[in-house]
Amino acid sequence: MRNFDYAVASRVEDAVVADGANTMPIAGGTELLNWFRLGIAAADRVIDIGRIDGLSSIEIEADRLTVGALATLNEIGEHRSVREHALALSQACLAAASPQVRNRATLGGNVLQKTRCAYFRAEAPLPWGCNKRVPGSGCAARDGLNERHAIFGWTDACVATQPSDPVVALAALDATVEIHGRDGRRTLPVADLHLTQEEAASEGLDAACSETRLRPGDIIVAYHVPIRRGLRSAYIKVRERASYEYALVSAAVAVTLDGGRISQIVILLGSVAQKPWRLTAAEQKLVGQAPTRDVVLACLGESLKEARPLARNGYKIAMAAGAVARAIATAVGDIR
Amino acid sequence: MHVSPADGKAPHRVQFRINGRQISAELEARVTLLDFLRDRLHLTGTKKGCNEGACGTCTVLVDGKRMNSCLTLAVQCAGRDITTIEGVALSGELHPVQEAFMSHDAFQCGYCTPGQVVSAIACIAEGHATDADSVREWMSGNICRCSAYPQITAAVLDAARKMGG
Amino acid sequence: MSIGQPTVRIEGRSKVTGSALYAADQYPDGVLHAAIVGSPVAAGRISAIDTTRGRAIPGVLRILTHADMPRLGAIKMPAAITHMPLQTDEIQWEGQAIALVVAETIEAAEEAVPLVKATIASAPALVPGKGRLEAAPEGGPFMAKGTTGDPARSFAAAARRIEQTYLQPTRNHNPMETSACVAHWQGDELTLWDSTQFSLNPVEVMSMAFGIPKEKVRIIAPHTGGGFGSKGFVWPHEVLVAQVARMMSRPVRLHLTRSQMYSMVGHQPECRQTVTLGATSDGQLTAMRHDAINTTSIADTHFEAPATATRTYYASPAIDITHRIERVNLVQPTPMRAPIEGPGGWALESAMDELAIELGIDPLDLRLRNFADKEPFDGKPWSSNKLREAYAEAADVFGWRRRHEMSKQDGIWTLGRGMSMASTFCARFPSAARVRIQRDGKVVVEGSSNDIGTGNQTAIVLAAAEALGIDPELVSFRWGDTNFPPAGPVYGSSHTMGMGSATRRAALDARRKLAAHGAPMEGPLDLVALMQKADVDEITGVGKFDFPNGAPASMNGSGTPYAMQTWGANFVEIGVDRDLGVLRLRRVVARYSAGRIVNPLTARSQMIGGIIWEWGKATMEASIVEPRHCRFLAKNLSNVAVPVNADIPHDAIDVGFVDEFDPHASDIGAKGIGELGATGIAAAIANAVYDAIGIRVREVPILPQHILTREPPPRLEGRKSRR
Repeated sequence: MRNFDYAVASRVEDAVVADGANTMPIAGGTELLNWFRLGIAAADRVIDIGRIDGLSSIEIEADRLTVGALATLNEIGEHRSVREHALALSQACLAAASPQVRNRATLGGNVLQKTRCAYFRAEAPLPWGCNKRVPGSGCAARDGLNERHAIFGWTDACVATQPSDPVVALAALDATVEIHGRDGRRTLPVADLHLTQEEAASEGLDAACSETRLRPGDIIVAYHVPIRRGLRSAYIKVRERASYEYALVSAAVAVTLDGGRISQIVILLGSVAQKPWRLTAAEQKLVGQAPTRDVVLACLGESLKEARPLARNGYKIAMAAGAVARAIATAVGDIR
Repeated sequence: MHVSPADGKAPHRVQFRINGRQISAELEARVTLLDFLRDRLHLTGTKKGCNEGACGTCTVLVDGKRMNSCLTLAVQCAGRDITTIEGVALSGELHPVQEAFMSHDAFQCGYCTPGQVVSAIACIAEGHATDADSVREWMSGNICRCSAYPQITAAVLDAARKMGG
Repeated sequence: MSIGQPTVRIEGRSKVTGSALYAADQYPDGVLHAAIVGSPVAAGRISAIDTTRGRAIPGVLRILTHADMPRLGAIKMPAAITHMPLQTDEIQWEGQAIALVVAETIEAAEEAVPLVKATIASAPALVPGKGRLEAAPEGGPFMAKGTTGDPARSFAAAARRIEQTYLQPTRNHNPMETSACVAHWQGDELTLWDSTQFSLNPVEVMSMAFGIPKEKVRIIAPHTGGGFGSKGFVWPHEVLVAQVARMMSRPVRLHLTRSQMYSMVGHQPECRQTVTLGATSDGQLTAMRHDAINTTSIADTHFEAPATATRTYYASPAIDITHRIERVNLVQPTPMRAPIEGPGGWALESAMDELAIELGIDPLDLRLRNFADKEPFDGKPWSSNKLREAYAEAADVFGWRRRHEMSKQDGIWTLGRGMSMASTFCARFPSAARVRIQRDGKVVVEGSSNDIGTGNQTAIVLAAAEALGIDPELVSFRWGDTNFPPAGPVYGSSHTMGMGSATRRAALDARRKLAAHGAPMEGPLDLVALMQKADVDEITGVGKFDFPNGAPASMNGSGTPYAMQTWGANFVEIGVDRDLGVLRLRRVVARYSAGRIVNPLTARSQMIGGIIWEWGKATMEASIVEPRHCRFLAKNLSNVAVPVNADIPHDAIDVGFVDEFDPHASDIGAKGIGELGATGIAAAIANAVYDAIGIRVREVPILPQHILTREPPPRLEGRKSRR
């Protein structure tokens, strides 16, 4: 990698100079250093936000759980309050990466990790088109080896998925993300943080390069998860090897039961789109139903019919159905 | 805010404690902790396997926590306590994890072994060596291509028992 | 007794403390760092390389291209690649070295690499499936084509017949240590610290490349961080670094990146195999046909010989073997654990299972009914064979005959059981050793042996101790330096046979010299007393294990009246999660007939390692070639999976050996075991998947798409399934 300047920010206000191009923030560094090595990014200056006080705590206040953006995935995953009130988030954090990576990876950085698409992750210079790496060069995955790519929300310009595990759980738990930017603080639903390629295109943005609603200088400072009594949640990650691997498909569910039947449910799929993908139609069908495998599978049809598989990833539809059924069964305690 | 020199890319003066010794160095910001340990200090026990955080052979302890040194800038470790494989066996006596690795034949070529040992020490300290399934999951950040996994798991469980009393 | 005692590895302390030195751990004074620039395209000609920006990086001393590299001498085997990079403007594979950066620091060298810009006139590349098919080369140690009996007639006479095609993709060794070397010239003498499985190979190749006598080349390689075949032959980067060190007049080190392990060293080629089996209705094989194609590079021929399995595995009156190679624009393939019967067994042991099901016969009985009590092709007697005992013991421990009473479901897991035969070739190479009995009664064995983790040093110590009738604690071993006697390679599962025998001969040679002082030729020795009587500083014995007429090797018993092979019986149980499409390993029971086991502690680890390799092959590993660019799509460990600890239940793999002594394969009764565990298991897994869910998968890796969608799109496109 090229050398760069390095400065330590002691306050979040000092970090907003980071423009995400020439000046990049670094916390855990588990993504940034690989971006530099591969040529995904090349900053002149790096600002270390990892030593800013007050951004790593995990606290409960009355009706919500606040997780500081600098809390590491291991810290979050093993925290008693997270396990008690946001089990899917704990499971998602602990299913991510490896113990070593989780000791450095922060929840702030994790949701901003980039796609694992192998065409995107090649070392520069890329021999093929990738609209994220070289805008306008095309998308080699669109008609290429796209087994691991999107089945929702993609366009011909880009078929990548967002690989973060925690973001799917946060979305299912109806969490919000607090951002400190050049204009001060604001809060967004986590479910709105990322954009699919279709959403970006429909807003006149670059479909491949507009991945989040963050603006230059934005620093994520915290997440807030509402605490709901009786809410059960779970995160299921499907991959061909048992650990230390990205998901092929994942599912996060948050469900409340009443007399053994579903009274409220939120279902999000991970690694099927460039954002956590909500199965709204399925949720509506499931209200009032028993949370059994057969019932769940029967209710997923409409939501999954919206899937637009590519040439090689049609299996993700069946896998997503299985993952949702498994997540619900796990959440309600049928499966340990 | 700590501001670095005006020309931007001049070396940084960093201090840390490595295996109990105070070390001071002048480094470019881009130097990883891994390359610093190996190429500058010639502490070659920590290995480079992939340089992208996907294998764990570069595992060291920073303030007692295990991490991939290839994903850590040396300058980010200023003021920290770093333990490498060379710092595990103090005064010549093998650590119980090292003893267990030997008696359970938990290595073959030995290249992933420093990372496995350091990772195992942390795994036990974290309280994750309670049973075989937990050890297997919490040691999965260290790939062993020689595939000594059952022996590694047995060694970690054995060492944990001996250390736990 | 020393041989046969479980013994902790003698080099263990150095490995668990991190003090064992690998090639990239060497930092001689003044060492420079090299980094390689690879070709971005798979085929074409370089018309220009602009190194201006790279050379401007502070710390970069030189950037060499084919334009300024001196001509090397012509190289051939044991160099894997004759199309030597930086000697020509022609590109034959993506990642082929086209420039070499030399710098004062690693960071400077790495920074310069992407700044080197080559102008290349690309040419169409031959991709796997659309390459140039040729007949496999004849005259080598493995049969390219051959027939015994009358296959056409015997197939016609068969009551039942199956014919299927089995596929496996290109796959990379991915040892944990990426290849590295440090070259240091002193005058016209070269010292090379190298990650190698056989130090004598770089000696030979450096001699060819630089036109210097072999005595001027010293290879120091006490520890190699895994090889599995990738570090057996000599690769271009080793020669290039030596060349650059000579030009810079300073030591130069190179540590390949993980990505370069896909383009600078070889891989196991793609294999496409069609197996045809004919049998009587009660399961007697009447005819077997096995046709196999493996990919190879444009300039060099790697012959994987998978159909060798059909030559040796079963008694069949008619056997027909054919092989072809397919030339493609990828880096040269190379043997990978397990070669030959690894791919061959995947196909044949799947086909045997399909035949058993077709016939309604227990797959184990089909194996037993066709047990080969001599070499099927040439009728030679086996040097030793206890395969039937291995089947019996493994089946019993597994409960194979009771499997239909076992549960078919365990919670979310649908269970399946499958079996297969394991079997590998027996390769033997010359080896030499020296044994020094010292005045104080301690013994030092010396040999240039390499260490990739097989435990050979400990086996050698045990062999010496047995020959001298002493406690192994009194024996040490000095290895890993070509200044020591020339030991054989650490590949082909051959080292224990060769170096164990050479060590025994050297020890007996020393023992004979002690006879003058009253030492008996058998039984325990009191070396302290004997050396006092002899009153000399040292008594030295030398020993050589070699073959008549200076033959460079003995394959499968060639040059002897016997056929040599090793065998095993594999039984596996897997679980299928039908909703998610994932497979998990539940248990394996394997028993082997593999000669005398020198060190049961390390032998067990070897077999477990081989089985886990096959789990990886069966369920996750593939280095998929991007067909439009003819390069591996992912060249790293984050997008290419190998097994992790969580994949392997900690008490699930039960291996053992039938007690056996082979007096013909080696002096110590041993045969080779390093690759045997990595044969047949992938087929047993596929057979178990069929048992579980009735889906027969004929390509590895078996992925969720095979479980969830009966007919997933083929990963290997455009491959013809028939001749």
